[in-house]
Amino acid sequence: MGLGRYVATRVLLVLPTLFGVTLITFALTYLLPGNPALVKAGPLATPEHIREMERQMGLDRPVPVQYWRYLSGVLRGDFGESATTGRPVLQDFLQRVPATLELTLASMLIAIAVGIPLGVVAAVRRDGPVDHASRLLGVGGVAMPTFWTGLLAVYLFFYHLGVAPPPLGRLSPGVMAPTALTGLYAVDALLTGNARALGSALHQLMLPSLTLGFSVMAPVTRMVRATMLEILESDYIKAAWAAGLPRRTIVYGDALRNCLIPVITLVGVVFGFLMAGNVVVEIVFAWPGIGNYAVTSLLTKDAAPIQGFVLFVAVVYVLINLTVDLVYGVVDPRIRLR
Amino acid sequence: MRRNTLSLLALGAILTIIGLALAAPLVAPYDPDAPQAEETLQAPGWRHWLGTDIYGRDQLSRIVWAARVDLLVALAATAMALTTGCVLGALAGYRGGLVDQVVMRLVDTIMAFPAFILAMGITAAAGNATANVVVAIAITHVPIYTRLIRSEMLRVREMEYAEAARTVGNRQRRIIFFHLLPNCFPPVIVQATLAMGFAILTVAALSFIGLGIQPPQSEWGAMAAEGASYIVSGEWWIFLFPGLAIMVTVLAFNLVGDSLRDLLDPRMRGVA
Repeated sequence: MGLGRYVATRVLLVLPTLFGVTLITFALTYLLPGNPALVKAGPLATPEHIREMERQMGLDRPVPVQYWRYLSGVLRGDFGESATTGRPVLQDFLQRVPATLELTLASMLIAIAVGIPLGVVAAVRRDGPVDHASRLLGVGGVAMPTFWTGLLAVYLFFYHLGVAPPPLGRLSPGVMAPTALTGLYAVDALLTGNARALGSALHQLMLPSLTLGFSVMAPVTRMVRATMLEILESDYIKAAWAAGLPRRTIVYGDALRNCLIPVITLVGVVFGFLMAGNVVVEIVFAWPGIGNYAVTSLLTKDAAPIQGFVLFVAVVYVLINLTVDLVYGVVDPRIRLR
Repeated sequence: MRRNTLSLLALGAILTIIGLALAAPLVAPYDPDAPQAEETLQAPGWRHWLGTDIYGRDQLSRIVWAARVDLLVALAATAMALTTGCVLGALAGYRGGLVDQVVMRLVDTIMAFPAFILAMGITAAAGNATANVVVAIAITHVPIYTRLIRSEMLRVREMEYAEAARTVGNRQRRIIFFHLLPNCFPPVIVQATLAMGFAILTVAALSFIGLGIQPPQSEWGAMAAEGASYIVSGEWWIFLFPGLAIMVTVLAFNLVGDSLRDLLDPRMRGVA
């Protein structure tokens, strides 16, 4: 299959998935018990008032019609309105996405920067000390609930050692946010040369990103190790040994380069874990991202932001996996044949 | 050898935790829900091994009682997902065609959501009740079993004994669920053991953010959430021990799952 056709097929295949995703979020929003009209009308509403509200919200129409209205709303960027902030959910989202993005990117960077070398060394020196450490991380790390890792980090590094700031958001009190360019405080501060904001942003980012990064480090290490082991056993590596090539060239040249291709698929998996971890980490560190927003809405029984959040995350997740597949198809032409 | 010792230890840990959960009324030293005004925020000591919380409730007793909730929810969700996944996967794999298409599209759609996020959305929509948490987690786990069983079914349906069962005129349902499905089980059992750990983490995380199991019912994640507020004043035992309980339980299930996989599929030994 040519590259163009591969891309086209893969993109087309995403459409039914996205359709299915909106069906599920629609079902969550409209079909489950808990009449949204009742919520909107308030506790003192009369039955007539509720019926009027249902009519206004289109809840008296057939389900397919309601779904169509929902879908066309979503396509126009209408995720409903938050009862708490009184603003469109999309607007609230856009305001909070940079915080989540900053945390996610920093965590992914940490997980990859530690996970890949750890996995490689564990595979190359199989059953050595690093391999044992990686296994310990593999079993121990995945068994630790992310929120608990976060709480432990706060207790150790803030309460005991005093090297971390209090877990209260993205900047220390009294520090002004840097001029908004990307919305990522650390990046903006760097670009505008704002040393004070940069220091504060990185300091605040330290514990949450370490916590979240740690939570996905184990799967990264595990997969890199497994892939690397497989490659080290392969014929062309054996041929390289037989040809008497130096160890460094074989391991860090041939093997590592080929190992990094399957690792691309990790980005999708890791992102899924990160989105789940984000929610609890944002709560532990009062990080003002979309996960925090969704959970705050939970407490006030504000449905629109939560369902908007689920839809938003799912769509982003689908698109990221699509991108991963496309990149994979480009760098490894064999995949296009399947 | 060392690996075996570790697995046996893990199995022992699971049995101990289940035993403690079942015997909670007998082994818990205090009433888990009874506040004691004169014993609030006690550090771990002789009277309260794991300390007390802001209401003076005994942490150890609460953790033991909470094991019931966490284990039961995880077990029920796993059982529900396993049953659904087996039926869907068996039908999809054996019948192929339209059934297969419909089932696999459904599974793909569920997998389009990060599992925890979908569980969160379902519990939020369905309302805070333990049963809803079970269903939410079960739904997010169904794809794993469906895909596994389907691929196994594709393999075994071509086997000679399957052919034999068809030749002697068994009804299709009997062939699928009686002759073939049991042969698909080994990898599924491994997966189910590992999924128990994941389910426990999900229950705990859901109640940590205030979804699902409601107070005063004690649950590990919710207890850790209560403890979060006391970290800055130095009362470390409230958040620490419930989290430790989660970690030990999940770790035990993962270790047992890993050794089951090694037993059932020796090719995987030492690789993953």
